[in-house]
Amino acid sequence: MSKITKQDVEYVAGLAQLRLDEAAKERLVREMGDILAYMDQLNELDTSNVEPMMHAMEMTNVFRQDVVKPSLPREEALMNAPVHDGEYFIVPRILEGDAS
Amino acid sequence: MTTPLYKKTVREIRDAVRSGALTAVEVTEAHLARIADVDPKVDAFTQIWTDEALAQAAAVDAKVKQGIDPGPLAGVPVGVKELICTRTGKTTCASKILENFRSPYDATIIQKLDAAGAVFLGKVNMDEFAMGSSTERSTIKTTKNPWNLKCVPGGSSGGSAAAISADECAIALGSDTGGSIRQPAALCGCVGIKPTYGRVSRFGLVAFASSLDQIGPLTKNVEDAALSLNTLCGRDPRDATSADLPVPDFTKALTGDVKGLRIGLPKEYFTEALNAEMREKVEAAVDVFKSGGAEIVPVSLPHTDYAIATYYIICTAEASANLARFDGVRYGYRNPAAKTVEEMYVLSKSEAFGPEVRRRIMLGTYVLSSGYYDAYYLKAQKVRRLIKKDFDDAFEKCDFVMGPTSPIPTFEFGAKTENPLEMYLADIYTISVNLATLPGISIPCGLTASGLPAGLQLIGRPFGEETLLRAAHCYEQTSGTTLGDPPIA
Repeated sequence: MSKITKQDVEYVAGLAQLRLDEAAKERLVREMGDILAYMDQLNELDTSNVEPMMHAMEMTNVFRQDVVKPSLPREEALMNAPVHDGEYFIVPRILEGDAS
Repeated sequence: MTTPLYKKTVREIRDAVRSGALTAVEVTEAHLARIADVDPKVDAFTQIWTDEALAQAAAVDAKVKQGIDPGPLAGVPVGVKELICTRTGKTTCASKILENFRSPYDATIIQKLDAAGAVFLGKVNMDEFAMGSSTERSTIKTTKNPWNLKCVPGGSSGGSAAAISADECAIALGSDTGGSIRQPAALCGCVGIKPTYGRVSRFGLVAFASSLDQIGPLTKNVEDAALSLNTLCGRDPRDATSADLPVPDFTKALTGDVKGLRIGLPKEYFTEALNAEMREKVEAAVDVFKSGGAEIVPVSLPHTDYAIATYYIICTAEASANLARFDGVRYGYRNPAAKTVEEMYVLSKSEAFGPEVRRRIMLGTYVLSSGYYDAYYLKAQKVRRLIKKDFDDAFEKCDFVMGPTSPIPTFEFGAKTENPLEMYLADIYTISVNLATLPGISIPCGLTASGLPAGLQLIGRPFGEETLLRAAHCYEQTSGTTLGDPPIA
């Protein structure tokens, strides 16, 4: 019995914005099930009094002077965009409705 | 017979170029010829920048001629991992999603190397987004291990390690999230160091797992690693996690002795999981240190067995967040058929991420999702602290910890691609080091009976690179273990 079901895989794929075919879903049910079962070994450890290690380096408030510096020229910022008009990134319609 | 130029070390090249005994152009040409000769077999390089490299070299030579200091790495040929941003060429992360990406800026370390007089020969292969331990996950090409072309070079910096081992460049830049510098260095028989988290700026490194990633050099020997770190390390205002600490001259640490150093051998690193031949090589290395006057101290890292589970929760969680930026808007692949924004996200990602990247995004999304966050992600962060404490406790008794880099030597193509968990287990000795944010170096410690390199790993205190380099260098000088040349060409 896998740790997760096909419905779980479909739900997570939705969150991750991935579309999976049937074969990929079945494979992931098995593989994610195995990996998550392996991860469950962490439950052997009592961590009730352990602070989570949220940061790799315990540093706070890394400030710098708020001075204006040269930024990326617009044409360089746009040069990798799949679609642009020289001024803006162009994406498909966001709002529903007529394309008028 | 004189040594071919492509065999020369960083120290030899920069000394000769600075003194005018050799030109940077000669050195660059020799390495480009070497690449043309062996890379069709090894397939380490993904891009070769002939014109740009020769122009950079000519600029170095012009400085030497005019009496201007050409920098501490004058004329040293460098290979750059595909996930480090360079204005020259492309930065693909060996992924279809970035196959045409041209970075509008250079990573900080690229700027530093350029200012130091280094010459970039091109880019080298890797697992897609650095997710893998064999470089088989590259979408560009299959890099082979120069010691046995039927075997993997390790990963994810497999192109970097193979390029050094095949003498195609003198420094190869790698990145290490769970062992991606040290494991390929071990499997290809070269030196690879992952500095302490924060030692080297990550500005311009395409992020995989931001709390674990660190850039480091792969080189032919330990002195070259020290020389590389002299240029690579230091605080960068553009990376808030880079450490504000002075950078020493790392070559000063290479004293040639280990007298009085206390070396911790963790009992958890010498279990059944360790291949018998690898154990034999590591134990022989321990004897070298002993006879050099080091003290061997038994230590324990009791949470070692939990490191892989902890690592794959944290790294997939961070990866799922980092890779969400590839949405097809500002850069990267966009599915041309997408009619809505939602479709643009979904179709572009689904089509252009490879299977291992998709698997890790799925796992990371799962462990961060509502209802599972505490059980997986928060739990893993707690165990991460326990793993770090294991090392803190060990360093009360010793100056550094030592053991194998990889439980096994290199393996044949396809041997571990079917079962992802089995591939993950290849990282057992390296990932704790990233979780604990420590520096680690892998150096060659002999060949197996079938002629495959074994790697010795030294793990230091935070910002204790000098001790690691000192000990590794002493071993290199005194062990009498030289691998010789790999059987290519």
